[in-house]
Amino acid sequence: MRDNIDPNWLGEDDIYKENILDHYKNPRNLGEIQDADIKHTGLNPVCGDTIRLFVKLKDGKITEAKFKGQGCAISIASASMLTEKIIGKKLDEVKKLTTEEIKEMLGIELGIVRVKCGLLSLNTLFRGIEIMEEENELLS
Amino acid sequence: MKQEMFKDFSIDFPILKNVTYLDNGATSLTPECVVEAMNDYYRKFNANIHRSIHKLGEKATEEYEKSRVKIASFINARPSEIVFTKGTTESLNLLAYSLSKDLKEGDEIVLSKMEHHSNLVPWQQIAKEKNLKLKYFEDDIDDVITDKTKIVSVTHVSNVLGRMNDIKLIAEKAHEKNALVIVDSAQGVPHVKIDVEELDVDFLAFSGHKMLGPTGVGVLYGKYKLLRKMKPFMYGGEMISSVSFENTEWNEVPHKFEAGTPNIAGVIGLGRAIEYLEEIGMDNIEESSKELAKYAYEKLKDIENVEIYSDEDSNSLISFNLKGIHAHDVAAILDKQNIAVRAGHMCAMPLVKEVLKQQSVVRASFYFYNTKEDIDLLVEGIKKVKEIFA
Repeated sequence: MRDNIDPNWLGEDDIYKENILDHYKNPRNLGEIQDADIKHTGLNPVCGDTIRLFVKLKDGKITEAKFKGQGCAISIASASMLTEKIIGKKLDEVKKLTTEEIKEMLGIELGIVRVKCGLLSLNTLFRGIEIMEEENELLS
Repeated sequence: MKQEMFKDFSIDFPILKNVTYLDNGATSLTPECVVEAMNDYYRKFNANIHRSIHKLGEKATEEYEKSRVKIASFINARPSEIVFTKGTTESLNLLAYSLSKDLKEGDEIVLSKMEHHSNLVPWQQIAKEKNLKLKYFEDDIDDVITDKTKIVSVTHVSNVLGRMNDIKLIAEKAHEKNALVIVDSAQGVPHVKIDVEELDVDFLAFSGHKMLGPTGVGVLYGKYKLLRKMKPFMYGGEMISSVSFENTEWNEVPHKFEAGTPNIAGVIGLGRAIEYLEEIGMDNIEESSKELAKYAYEKLKDIENVEIYSDEDSNSLISFNLKGIHAHDVAAILDKQNIAVRAGHMCAMPLVKEVLKQQSVVRASFYFYNTKEDIDLLVEGIKKVKEIFA
């Protein structure tokens, strides 16, 4: 049985790369934005991970992004990296982010179950944008 | 039981050659003989049951009903008291739906705080719909049971704590109040010898896939006189005795509850699985499950930063966390070492979140084909997790 264990299990294909662990242990943009334009909490029912995202906009551009949450290394690192990635970007650009781009951002391969952790922050952001837009529509 | 008594189980369970499988609480492995029994149905006597007047149909019906007899004797019930469902979840939903027809506003349903979602959500939703009162007990059922209690539905063995409820005592107390007793035995029947008559429970639900059978087949045991009185849960073929354009007469129990063509191969596979379990002996299995859980507890409790949530005398599993490391990460790194465990809320969110105050936990759950060597590998694996997150 033991012969089948991959001796290089900490090799290149491993998802616990240094950058992931670094973002997990020292998350960037951790915190809250009181007067955020986008505020939303996403939940991964598989493991109970929660990510709360805060985004501040000016002239259609993201000026500030922060997050709070509890989760595994992948979901926390992904949220940390995502906030870094979107700050300074136009909202319209951010809305076009794809699963592939998140995988590239993380730099790791994720299976069909674990990918939900990697995408939790992006999906939370997308839902938050939708809610903001729906509210804006009602107000206009 | 001595581990040495056992043969090399990797012959019957080829997956064991590749993986240290410690996720038996989610689903057990399937032995070759069960796969063969199901293949035989599809290859040799594939036919619908109880209706086809040809040799194939007779053989299929015979094999299907033989499984019912085996399962009945396995838990000391009568064959007519065995209803085939697609799993514990369907068995419990059937009960919630069918029994609640006789409940009225203010009636009470009692559950334990250890319930799996499948024995919580159906009752919770029906309680909301019909204004029933849902009550949970943590240690002592006396705290919540009253004259208004109509149903007591409890887990046999907690899938998170490994704790076994004293079903006989709970049944006694429920019957004193004329309440019905339902047992979710998804984690019980695979590990301990069950005698429904001795326990005196009214209903007992379990799944085939946690006891060497295939997925998609489960059992609802119910006392004959109660099943007879109950209304069916699903309508369709097989469950009727006569239908006119205006009216329908129900078939006899248990067929009244088996609408539509059932999982014939699955039922046959489950019958074969039970034969396999009986060959090994349920007493041996019970002893082995407890011994492995105890060994795991002893080994893990000495590892720094390991927090154990399951009981010291847990039935067949250990639940734990490594302080500061998410359960998912622990499971993923163990998986890298070909050790399969479960991580998450175990479909028991109220218990994990509100009682244990955890977001998620890691669970290693054992079956008789596991060995102490598997647990030693788990311990080594945990040490590697700690190295990575150090």
